Amino acid sequence: MTAFWVLAPIMVIAALGLLFARRAVHAALGLAVVMISLAVLYAVQGAPFLFAVQIIVYTGAIMMLFLFVLMLVGVDSPDSLAETIRGQRAAAAVVGLVFGIVAVVVIAQGVTGGVTGLDKANADGNVYGLAGLLFGPYVLAFEFTAALLITAVLGAMVLAHHERLTPKRSQADHAAQRMRDYAETGRHPGNAPTPGVFARHNAVDTPALLPDGTALHDSVPPSLVERGQVREARAADVTDAARQLESDEGGDEK
Amino acid sequence: MTEYVTLSLILFTIGAVGVLIRRNAIVVFMCVELMLNATNLAFVSFSRQHGNLDGQVAAFFVMVVAAAEVVVGLAIIVSIYRTRRTTSVDEASLLKS
Repeated sequence: MTAFWVLAPIMVIAALGLLFARRAVHAALGLAVVMISLAVLYAVQGAPFLFAVQIIVYTGAIMMLFLFVLMLVGVDSPDSLAETIRGQRAAAAVVGLVFGIVAVVVIAQGVTGGVTGLDKANADGNVYGLAGLLFGPYVLAFEFTAALLITAVLGAMVLAHHERLTPKRSQADHAAQRMRDYAETGRHPGNAPTPGVFARHNAVDTPALLPDGTALHDSVPPSLVERGQVREARAADVTDAARQLESDEGGDEK
Repeated sequence: MTEYVTLSLILFTIGAVGVLIRRNAIVVFMCVELMLNATNLAFVSFSRQHGNLDGQVAAFFVMVVAAAEVVVGLAIIVSIYRTRRTTSVDEASLLKS
């Protein structure tokens, strides 16, 4: 009973987080807390198999799926607070409160009789007992769950699949397009020239030099041109380089 | 025993109110999961009270169905998000007028 009184307030607070958390991720964390606490309560109540299944299936698989979808959809999308139906929120809260009170009073009073406990049913072990039921009286339902799971997988695949609307362009198509551009607009079909060729620096912000020493501005990435970070090639650079080459050769001969 | 059933009912009520007042489809889905979990707690508790394992088998089947439901439901949410760029349940009103 200690486990129950420790966990019950935590579970209720975490579940209320599902109602009041602004971000969906915080709601998901609250739900994860509730699910793990429930697993502990199953273990306390003589259901060790469900304890394991709860942690593996719910917190392991289902919560991960929720978090994946949250990441796909965008973590930061906030909940819209505008009410489409006037007073719907307050009415829902009142109806929920009334339902909760009535259900707690009526059903909790209806639960009578002593607790038998599962010691006899779990005599051979909880897993053996469950297996005897699952593959005995419930075997047909068990088979149907297999069909249900396969249907769900297929349904998810059909829903998440999306058809390609435009044909995929192959490498041959790209090459043909480049040659067509060259014939029609005169755009050069080869690679764009790399920056820094024949210039004094080979950094990306230095334009390549043509054989006559003029700078080729197409060789610098357009984003650098946009930001004005292009290093200008000075005309004197070419004569400087030529002089340095000559002196180096003279040095080698010595 | 009464405490467990009461906790289960409180969790179920919170889940139901959440379905009614939240707008984000994913959070609504989480509230549905909370309601399913609450019923599972009731199943396990009653299984202990009556001293047989049928309640635990029922909880096991609820888990299987919940897993299948989450897979399809989240796929629907993702495909709605792809076409409408929103997960708000108020926005999916194409059939209204």
